[in-house]
This record gives sequence, structure tokens and C-alpha cells, in this order.
Amino acid sequence: MLSGVPYETRMHTTATPQDSTSVIRTNNLSLTFETNDGPVHALANIDLEVGAGDFVSFIGPSGCGKTTLLRVIADLEQPTDGSITVNGVTPEEARLTRAYGYVFQAAALYPWRTIARNVALPLEIMGLSRRERNERVRRNLELVNLAGFEKKYPWALSGGMQQRASIARALAVEPDLLLMDEPFGALDEIVRDHLNEQLLKLWEKTKKTVVFVTHSIPEAVFLSTHIVVMSPRPGRIFDVIESDLPRDRTLDIRETPEFLAIAHRVREGLREGHSYEDTV
Amino acid sequence: MATGNDLRLIDRVWPVVAVVLAIIVFWYLAAVYLNTPFQRDTYERAKVENVSFVTHVKDTLAQKRPVLPAPHQVVSEIYDTTVKKKITSKRSLIFHSWITLSTALLGFVMGTLLGIVLAISIINNRALDKSLMPWIIASQTIPILAIAPMIIVVLNSIGIQGLLPKAFISTYLSFFPVAVGMVKGLRSPETSHTDLMRTYNASSWQTLWKLRMPSAMPFLFTSMKVAIAIAMVGAIVGELPTGAVAGLGARLLAGSYYGQTIQIWSALVMASILAAALVAIVSLVNRLVLRRMGMLA
Repeated sequence: MLSGVPYETRMHTTATPQDSTSVIRTNNLSLTFETNDGPVHALANIDLEVGAGDFVSFIGPSGCGKTTLLRVIADLEQPTDGSITVNGVTPEEARLTRAYGYVFQAAALYPWRTIARNVALPLEIMGLSRRERNERVRRNLELVNLAGFEKKYPWALSGGMQQRASIARALAVEPDLLLMDEPFGALDEIVRDHLNEQLLKLWEKTKKTVVFVTHSIPEAVFLSTHIVVMSPRPGRIFDVIESDLPRDRTLDIRETPEFLAIAHRVREGLREGHSYEDTV
Repeated sequence: MATGNDLRLIDRVWPVVAVVLAIIVFWYLAAVYLNTPFQRDTYERAKVENVSFVTHVKDTLAQKRPVLPAPHQVVSEIYDTTVKKKITSKRSLIFHSWITLSTALLGFVMGTLLGIVLAISIINNRALDKSLMPWIIASQTIPILAIAPMIIVVLNSIGIQGLLPKAFISTYLSFFPVAVGMVKGLRSPETSHTDLMRTYNASSWQTLWKLRMPSAMPFLFTSMKVAIAIAMVGAIVGELPTGAVAGLGARLLAGSYYGQTIQIWSALVMASILAAALVAIVSLVNRLVLRRMGMLA
């Protein structure tokens, strides 16, 4: 709380900070919630840059502001200080042009809509023609391996399949930016591993920029090109690790020394950021 | 699967039958007990003595104007006034039931629509939430028996007659549960579901139609079950101050003028059968709609 700005918040995730290909750029971003117990510093002095095509993970313990930061990018929360641009414009303008797809921790499928109609939901709101909608629904369900489940209702699908459907729904908008808030957090490890691999393939195929919130170190290291280590009270960026793992990865890579070295650095960052301390 | 369903049906029917039987037995006992004083007076006046118990019981269950008519008297009265009378006759219970039923249905439809419109206004406007809700609640604290004649008289004086003034009383009662239930229902979507709409830059109408309304359906039907039952009450109450012209309420009033307890009870039974049937229809539509929406497995 007292020191305020940690030592490494100036780090940028792209080699050339002024690069015009940066998708997200924040400058001294802060967000303070006023509560009955006094102000809560959810985010303090966040400087971050996400380049086009990056896969960036926010990792940290609960209360470190990783979800809040994602929600600020999505214009679901408003910062109280500092500035942020998404695609060079304000988050609100980006949201109004549907610049991103958002995947929630819970699949958030509407229970009265079939899988196909759930994926079609944003397309209906965008006012696309029925033909265009059907085409996009078909294409994106195929992309997440859910072809054949169009007519099923969400309750008939497993948790992993529901989350894949919600990813298809986010992709159907055809955004360049995908914001994912612990999308696999509620799934068991076996399903999670499988979906991680699928997500990576999807990212390879679609060349999208992904911002991914997680509290799993292996997941963050396996998926990301850049790992943003965050620490709580106040929520801030403690370290940004650029991964030198090849883009084309399989789950086996988790046994390699390179992988373990990065995982170690993440863990060290979390420890130094007091993430493992017991606090009231 | 068929046997499974049959078993379940039997399981569901038995408790109901048991309760109905218990009520009928209790009703007969109460009828004998309550009609005994009048029967004793009758015997005394006729100087009849040494009446056997069986004769006494039979007589108490066959009085013309009993304090409490026996179930079979009510049933035969209903049979006489439905099957044996022309529907157009003023003595036909079907004629009177239809008048009450159509009033209740018209009032229920108007009340449901009014309730939905009010709920939508309230959730879309903070000022309306603060200003309207207290009045909606206050409206229900006024005794309907006090306000019903006023509504009839006032509307009559400006030339509105017939079904409509009575239906307004049903509306007055039935809009309330719908408005309250729908406010709750329209606010029921989870945060992630509403956030999703925000990320799509959906208009408030789109959010209403594609998220809030479907979410509110279970709440709407629960409210409508209450609303349709009290719409019947409203229709009957609305018929009382109209000078007992027609309808189940008129039958009740006429019956009490002339001490025709059997007529009163047959109208009462008819009203409750109608109300139960209406609630059952709403429940059925509820199941059909939710199944169509994929919300019932």
C-alpha cells in the first residue's frame, strides 16, 4: 500500500512501445471502488501494452484486480484515474463497435436458447441477415468442434462443451480481440488441458489477440506469449514475462526445462508480490 | 415409461382423493350437527316424538333452507341448474357462470397487460421505481369491497356499463401480483447475462426482449396463477353492487336475500370449480411454454 508503484510496472509487452499495432495500451490506470469500509484500490498505476496477435495472460491471486482490469478493457468497469485505449480508441467506443468478444467464467449461455441460437444471439443484435447468421453459427461451432449440437439446449451439454459454445459465441462476432475471464476455471484438469490445447490451435488459426485471466500457473505459461504477474492490495502489475516458447506447442512442452523455468519465474513473482501471504 | 407415468399419476391422485373424502365426511357431520336445532324445532312444532336417529339424520340432510346444505343437496342443485335448464335461462347456473367467467377473463387479461407494462416501466426508470411502487402497494391496501361500488357507480355515471366496470375490478386486483412478480422476474438475469448484452452493445429493448422477458417467464406464470384466481374474486365482488342482475355474485346475493342457502352454496362451489380450472389452465400453459423454451427437461 505504501510503496505504491512496484519496480517493474514500466515494462511493456511489445518490443516497440509506440508500435501502431498495439491493441491495448494503458497509462497509469487506476480504479478505486468506494465501499462502506473505505476505498478499495482494485487497480493502481497499471501500465500495459498488448500487441496485435499476442496471447497475454493475467495471473495472480484473487483480489489482485486481474478480472477488474479485463472488465476495464471491456468497458464493463470505468477507471478512476489514468487512461486506456483499445484499438486506439476508448474502451467505450471499442465496445460500441463490438471490437472484442468476451468469455465469462460461467458459460453464461441463455437456457431458453439452443446452442445454435445462443451463438446467433450477438448476430441477431448486430442485425445480420438470417443467412449470414446461419453461416457464422455453422462455421464457429465447427471451429470449437461442436458441429451436430446445434439443436441441443445448454443443460444437455457438459461444462466443457458449454464453455466451448460460449467461445464460439464470442468468435461469431468476428472480433480481433478475445477477452477471456477464467474461462476454464470451473472445469476439471483433464477437460481444462484439452481445452487449452484447442484454444491454442484456435489462436494459431484465427490470429486473434487474446487477453486471458487465470489463476493457474501451468495454464498461463502453456498458453501465453506474455504473462502479466499481478499482486494484490493494491492490484498492480508486478512482472511481465515474455515467453520464448515456440508458438506451436503441445501439452508435452510442460515437461521441458524452458517451460519449467518460466513457471518458476511466475511463481517467484507471485511470492515476491506477497501473493502467498495470509492477510486479513 | 408409460407405467412410470401411470404410477406417478396414481401417486398424485390418491392424496387428493383422500383429502376430498375427508372433507365430504366432515361436511356431512357438520351438516347434521348444524341443522339439528332447526330440525328439533320442526319436530316440536309438528308434535312428532320418538324420532329414530336414522330418520333424524335423513331429515337434517333434506331441509329446504338448511343452515349448512349437505353435499348431495348442493350437487343436485348444481345438476338442476346446469343440465336441466336452458343456458339462456336466468335460472341457469351456466348462464351466470359464463357472465362471471367472461368478466374475470377480461379483467385478468387487462390486469396482466397492465402489470407487465408497469413492471417494464419500473425496471427501465429509476424515478418510476421510486414513485410508482409505493402507489401500487398502497392500491392493494384499500378494501376491494369498499371501492368496488364506487367504481361501478362512477363508471355508470359516465356511461360505461355492462361487463367493463366489473372487469375493471378484476383488473384492479389482478394487476398487482403480475406487476410485483414481473419486476422481480425482469430483474432476475445474472450479472454475466446482462454484461453479455452490454458487450454486444444491445439496446435496452433488445435486452428486454432477448434476455429480461424470457428470464421473467417463470415469474410471470406464477403471478398469473394468483392473478386469475383473484380476478374471479374481483368479478364476483363486482357483481354485488350492480343490483344482483346476473353472475355468480348475483346468485350469492339473491340467495342470501331469500335464505336460499343451497343456491348460495352451489354458486360458491361453481365459483371455486371455475377458479381451480382457470389456475389449472394457466399451469398447463406454463408447462407448455417452458417446455417449448427448453427450460423444462
